[in-house]
Amino acid sequence: MKQKFNIIKSTCVPLPLENVDTDQIIPARFLKATTKDEKFYGDNLFCDWRFNADGTPNKDFVLNNPVYGGDILVAGKNFGSGSSREHAAWAIAGYGFKVVISSFFADIHKNNELNNFVLPVVVSEQFLAELFDSIAKDPKMEVTVDVPAQTVTNNATGRSEHFAINGYKKYCLMNALDDIDFLLQSKDKIEAWEKANA
Amino acid sequence: MNTLFDKIWDRHVVQQVEDGPVQLYIDRLYCHEVTTPQAFDGMRARGIKCLRPDRIVCMPDHNTPTHDQDKPIADPVSKQQVDTLAANAAEFGLTHYGMMDPRNGIIHVVGPERGLSLPGMTIVCGDSHTSTHGAMGAVAFGIGTSEVEMVLASQCILQQKPKSMRISVEGKLGKGVTAKDVALYIMSKMSTSGATGYFVEYAGSAVRSLSMEGRLTLCNLSIEMGARGGFIAPDEVSFEYLKGREHAPKGESWDKAVEEWKTLRSGEDAVFDREIRFEAEDIEPMVTYGTNPGMGMGISSHIPAEEDIPAASRESFKRALDYMQFAPGDSLKGKKVDYVFCGSCTNGRIEDFRAFASIAAGRRKADWITAWLVPGSWMVKKQIEDEGLDKILEAAGFEIRQPGCSACLAMNDDKIPAGKLAVSTSNRNFQGRQGPGARTVLASPLMAAAAAVTGYITDPRTLL
Repeated sequence: MKQKFNIIKSTCVPLPLENVDTDQIIPARFLKATTKDEKFYGDNLFCDWRFNADGTPNKDFVLNNPVYGGDILVAGKNFGSGSSREHAAWAIAGYGFKVVISSFFADIHKNNELNNFVLPVVVSEQFLAELFDSIAKDPKMEVTVDVPAQTVTNNATGRSEHFAINGYKKYCLMNALDDIDFLLQSKDKIEAWEKANA
Repeated sequence: MNTLFDKIWDRHVVQQVEDGPVQLYIDRLYCHEVTTPQAFDGMRARGIKCLRPDRIVCMPDHNTPTHDQDKPIADPVSKQQVDTLAANAAEFGLTHYGMMDPRNGIIHVVGPERGLSLPGMTIVCGDSHTSTHGAMGAVAFGIGTSEVEMVLASQCILQQKPKSMRISVEGKLGKGVTAKDVALYIMSKMSTSGATGYFVEYAGSAVRSLSMEGRLTLCNLSIEMGARGGFIAPDEVSFEYLKGREHAPKGESWDKAVEEWKTLRSGEDAVFDREIRFEAEDIEPMVTYGTNPGMGMGISSHIPAEEDIPAASRESFKRALDYMQFAPGDSLKGKKVDYVFCGSCTNGRIEDFRAFASIAAGRRKADWITAWLVPGSWMVKKQIEDEGLDKILEAAGFEIRQPGCSACLAMNDDKIPAGKLAVSTSNRNFQGRQGPGARTVLASPLMAAAAAVTGYITDPRTLL
């Protein structure tokens, strides 16, 4: 959903697993939908981990643990590997996450998050390990993601890191603009390129 | 600097956005039914048309059943998605190869075989295996649905330029070692994220020795080590493959095109951000034992011990083996197999069925094996019949189905039941990928055929 980003302060949901692939984020059977209703995908986020075969919630999965909640998902290294399905980003957005923190994101998924107003924040391995620690000690601890300043802060330890985002995307996120708005204004340049490369 | 990737990419830059990505011109957009409906909805909501409809080709592949394609799809949700693509293609004036059209098949099989994917092009599709087309000497990569909408609207995409990597495989591949084994070997060394952020050029004598089909298999799997794409500089093998194909240039334009394509190579002085070299003689027929394609090993090897896995990855490793019902230290040789799948955009081409048939010939499918042999396109199916491979396979107890993505991701009815072990020529062994609870071992068509005729995971070299 298009929304303006500024400073986000929230508790976190920890998912300390590596290589969480997009088939786990949203299994292929949900890709048959022709809707873009984020709630539909959000309701099925991590479906096969979150629900037992009979449809009841799996008590062992973090999304079903009332102790954890918030706007920020914290995940292990190489989050979002695998398929290009944007449905994975819709599911994360639809569930209500605004930020995903990890030490590494798969490329396509990272772009998909950004295109759906979910901010992927890349932190160091050390920061990530410490953050998982802090959340384990106190699930109510908060993290602050300051988009204008491009910093992420673990408020339990006070450790803060700078994160990268290009100026263009930052502007888009802070002003709720998307790439198509931008591209549609560049028709002259496209036609000039085509002429030069005919 | 001065890599082939630079040459193709830089030529397609429409503009550099200030403190941002580049605007890249796209020569070819492929649309399948799964990742496009929301993009077309977006176009309607904005009230805009496609800027260059002649550069866009659509076809359903993910949901198509692999039998009775002349009848309506039974699953109403699949049917709706396939029908939606046809309606969108008609509304926006785009080329559409529908089900039963002799040009239909898996998009990444059809593009090259129809001459729609050519050297020097930029090619995108809402599908991570778009890297396949890189085998033609093109810059091809998977994108998300928002990005599909960007290309529908402007024939452009906003992207950060990836870094460049060259992976060379030198030497001669051993008997029974295929392009799939080369790819699974590279991934086992690189891990599933080892090439994230990079575009990979495959080079070296072992890569050059591959047929076009083999090159398509190798490039197809680039995404499984995280790479944005992978490609191979075009050469005589590529030109020979393309000549006379439906959409390849003809006559004088062909000669002119080949002259230009011959310049598509990295300079002697090219500098890559990363260079890696592997030796062909180190590669054996491969199998995967875990739940990502990087968890692979030679058929003579054993699953690593837990203490050999880095601490941070140990939990994922344990979960993977639990799911696969394998133990550290296990060999996969001799494990009883339930299902065999030969097909997909990875291994659904004519050469793959020739390989499968070479082992099936004169043997019988093991009684307890369910085997799905699914050509990547109608054109591949016809070639199988023209070469008489269907007769050989039928005599061995196999049936050739109709084309589509099929059991690779089980969006149609071809699902591996929970707990069953499948040897599959597809590209992903993720949990539940081939059906909830399905256990997938990725391998080459030779390994798949060896499993199908013996009923167990078997080194195919013993049957050649």
